[in-house]
Amino acid sequence: MSILVDKNTRLLVQGFTGSQATLHSEQSLEYGTNIVGGVTPGKGGQTHLGVPVFNSVHEAVEAVQPNASIIFVPAQFCKDSILEAADAGIKLIICITEGVPTLDMLIVKKRVDELGITLIGPNCPGIITPGEAKLGIMPGSIHLQGSVGIISRSGTLTYEAVKQTSDLGLGQSTCVGIGGDPIPGTSFIDVLKMMESDNQTKAIVMVGEIGGTAEEEAAEYIKDNISKPVISYIAGQTAPPGKRMGHAGAIIAGGKGTAADKIKKLEECGVHIAENLLKIGTKTKEVLG
Amino acid sequence: MNLHEYQGKELFAKFGLPVSKNKVITSADDVVKACREIGGNKWVVKAQVHAGGRGKAGGVKLVSSTEEGIEFANHWLGKRLITYQTDSNGQLVNSILVEECTDIAKELYLSAVIDRGSQRIVFIGSSEGGVNIEEVAENTPEKIIYEPIDPLTGPMGFQSRKISKVLGLEGEQSKQFTKMLPQLTDLFITHDLSLLEINPLVITQGGKLHCLDAKINIDSNAIYRQPEIQAMHDPSQEDPRESEAALNDLSYVSLDGNIGCMVNGAGLAMGTMDTIKYFGGSPANFLDVGGTATQERVSKAFKLILADPEVKVVLVNIFGGIVRCDLIAEGILAAIEEVGVSIPVVVRLEGNNADIGSNILAESSAEIVSLNSLEDAAKKAVELSK
Repeated sequence: MSILVDKNTRLLVQGFTGSQATLHSEQSLEYGTNIVGGVTPGKGGQTHLGVPVFNSVHEAVEAVQPNASIIFVPAQFCKDSILEAADAGIKLIICITEGVPTLDMLIVKKRVDELGITLIGPNCPGIITPGEAKLGIMPGSIHLQGSVGIISRSGTLTYEAVKQTSDLGLGQSTCVGIGGDPIPGTSFIDVLKMMESDNQTKAIVMVGEIGGTAEEEAAEYIKDNISKPVISYIAGQTAPPGKRMGHAGAIIAGGKGTAADKIKKLEECGVHIAENLLKIGTKTKEVLG
Repeated sequence: MNLHEYQGKELFAKFGLPVSKNKVITSADDVVKACREIGGNKWVVKAQVHAGGRGKAGGVKLVSSTEEGIEFANHWLGKRLITYQTDSNGQLVNSILVEECTDIAKELYLSAVIDRGSQRIVFIGSSEGGVNIEEVAENTPEKIIYEPIDPLTGPMGFQSRKISKVLGLEGEQSKQFTKMLPQLTDLFITHDLSLLEINPLVITQGGKLHCLDAKINIDSNAIYRQPEIQAMHDPSQEDPRESEAALNDLSYVSLDGNIGCMVNGAGLAMGTMDTIKYFGGSPANFLDVGGTATQERVSKAFKLILADPEVKVVLVNIFGGIVRCDLIAEGILAAIEEVGVSIPVVVRLEGNNADIGSNILAESSAEIVSLNSLEDAAKKAVELSK
């Protein structure tokens, strides 16, 4: 088993004929992902990468029954594209695009929550279940089917964790990049919950970074709800204090948000800390015994 | 992106919020005219920089004659104001806001931010305004209210009354605030703000609410749809290297060390800095070249890093996701030749075609140390920086 995606996933690509979507869809197809269609308004009826193109998500849903959608459209159109997929009944939506306005996400997040949709991203590398399906922009070749679930706010840092766990032969069950934006569709806690009930996942690696309080909240959740070992690395331990955003930002964070605060909280809640980026793999191996 | 106080107040006025009569000047010659147009015989003059703590640093003054105003303008225009919120160079003063003097009965605090936790716009209010709001939050959190706004309903009357109570507003003031809250929310949403802060929001001797300061930040992801805000951009308030980087879609923050860093991805860039520190070195910068490290971007990045005279060695750490490492290696070589790099460069390539990339670098004549593991590369860079 795995979480969110596997070889039965029927993927739709929104913004399909654009250059980024084309490049990454080719790689996903090569990896064995079942892409059943793409959407580019005005290009319906064409075939792209051997896959049918539709004018709208609704048309695609009727014709090829996708159960997940990945979005590559430019940032200013993401709100529309996510809500279109939601309206067409797709329950797993992944938004890769970077630079989506925060107020757009405020509305989108409220709507997808109401509809019971899992939105991953925006500004994220996507999801991969090694050996089954790749819905994202991560390099497939570094992954290995295995037992470690990986959740991360950062793209290339996820690859580092993946590479290390692959090199040590542990492999991954599913890797989820939740993205680094202020309002992500899915939180650490949402994914932790899924990985706790997944048989294939034996340990969970949570890669966090400074800013916000998502890691602290996840730590509290782990303490009471997660029985599997969790290993965490927090990037930005040596970053100087961020540029001040006036008083309000400092107040709302309640003094939280530094790497030291996050690590302290995670340790208190029983999470194993990889003190350095280089030790994510070895720490995981050590914890798994 | 940040705005100056005077620009924030222009927006306040546009949305019907109470601000003082004011004029912006960029030359001491305009002080007399500004004071005459505003009227009265006392004015407040305020240096305009993108930083708080101006009052304590001498950048705000009450003047009772135009001569005093001229003296203030002559003193500050063209100089740098250093406050506890700026770095040691301070911020350049290009303009001064001349304002009608307000008789203050009480100072309050009000702000709005996008709260990651509740995923709402949240208003924060306190009866304890002025400069020490952080201490209030720390010592007497009960004096602060956090009121989230539902995007479906917008701010409701009962929410205004809740905030009014904590602010200690009475009668007419509370009614005035009930009118202000939707105006502030409207401003926040219309212009894609990420922060709006009025510190202090004051009650005047006449018993009216009045916005004495205005701090506004705009969501940089939404700037493309805010032409009016784009026109307010003041590059003089930013670190020139950071603005140069932003123009080239690179994310750069200058630091105190001597190891220049070029990394793809913000998380990995921070992780690389951590690794350098771990082995006893000190990073000169944070630099994210982005997901697609093309030759053009790598060249720009090298130029930025080398503009810092402290840099003794450059560490390049690229995890080639979809981008092939052999192409990146060629980009690095071309960039080194184009820019004329004369200090050692340590390169760690990982991911697609990393072996081919490393070979290309090894066979080149440039002074490059190519290593496969981040551990070895970081250690080498630290060694070369000593």
